Amino acid sequence: MSVTDLSAAQAGARAWAAAAAVPDPEIPVVTVADLGILRAVTLRDGVAVAQVSPTYTGCPAVLAIELAVEAALRDAGFEARVERQLSPPWTTDWITEEGREKLRAYGIAPPAQAANSVRALFGESVVACPRCGSEATEKLSDFGSTPCKAQYRCRDCLEPFDHFKCI
Amino acid sequence: MSDAIVTALLELADDHLVLGHRLSEWCGHAPMLEEDLALPSMGLDLIGAARVLYTRAGEIEGKGRGEDDFAYLRDERAYRNCLLVERPNGDFAQTMLRQLYFAAFMEPYWKAALGSSDAVVQGLAAKALKEVAYHIRHSAEWVIRLGDGTAESAARMAEAVVELHGYTDELFLSSEAAQAAEAAGILPGRAALRTAWEAALKPVFAEAQLDWPEKVWPQSGGRKGEHGEALGHMLAEMQVIARAHPGAVW
Repeated sequence: MSVTDLSAAQAGARAWAAAAAVPDPEIPVVTVADLGILRAVTLRDGVAVAQVSPTYTGCPAVLAIELAVEAALRDAGFEARVERQLSPPWTTDWITEEGREKLRAYGIAPPAQAANSVRALFGESVVACPRCGSEATEKLSDFGSTPCKAQYRCRDCLEPFDHFKCI
Repeated sequence: MSDAIVTALLELADDHLVLGHRLSEWCGHAPMLEEDLALPSMGLDLIGAARVLYTRAGEIEGKGRGEDDFAYLRDERAYRNCLLVERPNGDFAQTMLRQLYFAAFMEPYWKAALGSSDAVVQGLAAKALKEVAYHIRHSAEWVIRLGDGTAESAARMAEAVVELHGYTDELFLSSEAAQAAEAAGILPGRAALRTAWEAALKPVFAEAQLDWPEKVWPQSGGRKGEHGEALGHMLAEMQVIARAHPGAVW
């Protein structure tokens, strides 16, 4: 069914579903909706406008994500535009429960909730190993393979792993 | 008026781009993998902030200039960054102290910018404030490790203080353009941030066994386009591709 035959509510739902299914280019197990960076998709004068927030200001994946969201909306039959929304700033608290579980299953320890607290921002909360669940872990570096990750190691199973750090 | 706002935003953007590029120069040269990732990660944060600010400056200017025009097509004399950020990387002591000086200034700066009358600056401030907390912690850890380390590392850290401290005064000076932006409520004042800056740094210096320099010979001129020799070399490398292929797009 083409978009023009749908009611406004149906079209809105279709646009959201198309954009929400776009995977993160760096961590493809989670979608932009899981991460909470897809803020809204609204239909304005027949154009599907997606609002996307960057995780980090300089995240190189931002452009790739915006292009992928736009392409997904076009594939779903919409004229599409993506707007970058800086404010209010994205926080790891917006990662959904499902998103956290997907990260863990993929081997990335999800961020603590209430990322805005000083304790979480400074890594004082416990980071459990995503492989064996042990809480005997140590931080190797605040910076990892992408801006959003820190490097950790499990002292029980000895596996190194990434931690999606709080911001 | 809007000319002054554009200039003030460019000053701030240039600080971030130049320091971000300096950090990127460590990529592939850092002494360990963790630092090879850490330094460019911090650089990315800074370049990301520069991009937002250049884009906003271009919008206000209204002449169709965008981030690439500002970054790649201005000569050294048109750059308005403070002198601290253009200082060459030197050794690890100098790189980390330069970072700490700048980050400890930007933390209270962004905090004050949360009240900006410009929505873009305000949004950026909220984001950058969280990122800069990581920069402060990382660089402070290194300053302490090196300052309170071996005789060799302590001597190098003390030398870095001598080399760089005189460039920090310029952080607290507002150009005429910046003063206009401050009066308009777009950017926060600089002079008032010295107390917070010193309060953040002095405990780090104490733990690092470093003397806080009481007597310095302040250097300035970056906001007027008067730079050291090092910036020209940096820009030549940074701009060569864009200038060799004018108008090329990704």
